[in-house]
Amino acid sequence: MYLSYLLPPLAIAGLATALAIIILLAERYLMDYGEVELKVNDKLYKVKGGSTVLSTLKQEKIFIPSACGGRATCAYCKVTAVKGFGEVLPTEAPLLTKEDLTKNVRLACQIKVKNNCEIRIPDELFSIREFRARVDSITDLTYDIKHFIFRLLSPPEIEYKPGQYIQFQSQPYGDVSDSVYRAYSMCGLASERNQVELMVRLVPEGICTTYMFKHLKAGNEVIITGPYGDFYLRDSNRRMVCIAGGSGMAPIRAILLAMTPEEIARRRPIFFFGARSRKDLFLVDEWREFEARHPAFKFVPALSGPEPDDDWTGATGRITDVVAQFVPDAKDCEGYLCGSPGMLNACVEILCKLGVDEEQIYYDKFA
Amino acid sequence: MQEIGAFVIFFASIFTSNILLTNFLGMCSYLSVSREIKTAWGLGIAVVFVMTITSIANYVVYYNILVPLKLEYLEYIAFIIVIAALVQVVEMIIERTSDRLYASLGIFLPLITVNCAVLGAALFLIIRKYDFYQSLAYGAGSGIGWMLAIMALAGIRAKMSRRSKVIPALEGPGIVLIITGIIALGFIGFSGIVQIN
Repeated sequence: MYLSYLLPPLAIAGLATALAIIILLAERYLMDYGEVELKVNDKLYKVKGGSTVLSTLKQEKIFIPSACGGRATCAYCKVTAVKGFGEVLPTEAPLLTKEDLTKNVRLACQIKVKNNCEIRIPDELFSIREFRARVDSITDLTYDIKHFIFRLLSPPEIEYKPGQYIQFQSQPYGDVSDSVYRAYSMCGLASERNQVELMVRLVPEGICTTYMFKHLKAGNEVIITGPYGDFYLRDSNRRMVCIAGGSGMAPIRAILLAMTPEEIARRRPIFFFGARSRKDLFLVDEWREFEARHPAFKFVPALSGPEPDDDWTGATGRITDVVAQFVPDAKDCEGYLCGSPGMLNACVEILCKLGVDEEQIYYDKFA
Repeated sequence: MQEIGAFVIFFASIFTSNILLTNFLGMCSYLSVSREIKTAWGLGIAVVFVMTITSIANYVVYYNILVPLKLEYLEYIAFIIVIAALVQVVEMIIERTSDRLYASLGIFLPLITVNCAVLGAALFLIIRKYDFYQSLAYGAGSGIGWMLAIMALAGIRAKMSRRSKVIPALEGPGIVLIITGIIALGFIGFSGIVQIN
């Protein structure tokens, strides 16, 4: 009698177990690639085969930039596959340009290390490290932007060029069971090597920013990797036109704070900061102070839609119009931009129109 | 159903009783992966592959495990587990044995695990009481029929993307469903040849 109740669950359990054993055996014997040699630039690594290039390299403490966590959507993890990787996979194809295809550039999160193979990566990626850090402080800059300071624990110091970014790893919380990596520019003084400062805007429904805003507390330990990116100050005598919106202020602040008084006098930076209304503005006092210390520097906050009670007397209108008004002739200028893709594209267009060589516009686009 | 020959079933499941165009099963991947002929081909081949294998496996599981134990009502759960596990194993075998094949259809396999046409084919062959060879023919035929339908749609969509102006409200799934309806009407023309259900 009891048998008739037990039989159905037992039958399903038995079937599931049998199939699980088949899968495990297949994994054991089919997916075992043994130890293989992976050549990265000129260094040879002995690694366990079977995983993606991205995760294999991570195990060897080489960190390739990646924002989507291996889902083939961000296309940050491009590497040059020299040999041993077969044909382009349909998951990669939409993210590779024609130039990528001719140069054998592939996505490290999709291609797998199965036999002896060779890749090339930019040399600076070797200097990327994984850091354990502790949250030192979290302060509000605006209603949706916070300033985070992390104290590095191990390794204790980071060396980076002002303007570069790190990747922050979020931890699972609530319904979110994955931990994801997201990129944030460092905004502090590069000479303070024992800490990392970030400005982060809360993205509605964003996995990582929700974690940072709602769950992260002072004293928590976090994992960050870096430094990444090619957005940093180029050496020249040209005047600097910096344009940022929202948390895009971060890398511009890092760049400007790191400049010597002589450099500022020579490069005469002008910093346009775009916001919608007064409640989106922050650190204005700090920039006014910076202005007072360096007569050659100018800070121009511009509001695109000031509220009636904002009592705003500064520049108003679209950031591109404000730039054109303050820098009518920009032939001897160099652009440093950070913000949303829409804003950046518009700013690149206006700067080119004002006479800046497109080659001399450097930018950091929000992904 | 013993009287229908396996070849007739094979032919009918491709044309007259096409699982996609008469039962409208497997629509989600049909709608989303039909933009290019190349990817539609990869997915189509993968469906043929998986449908053939799982039809046989589910036939064996049903008649050799569920029927003797009088547990026929567990067919849904059993079939889903069998399909999921088999797709995984097939993926591993392909990844190991052929880089070329893996590059062209390997990544589509996990997508097919949740394709309802695969489960649908397994359930139909039980409902219609097919024997082993009929089941094999039905599984393979349904897979090929599904591939034929998605290839036809991908061809039309590829041409349309270059030449046709679709009104904005119907862009994407809207126009695709209309096209599918018209293709299905066209396939009714085959129905005079054979009928299996």
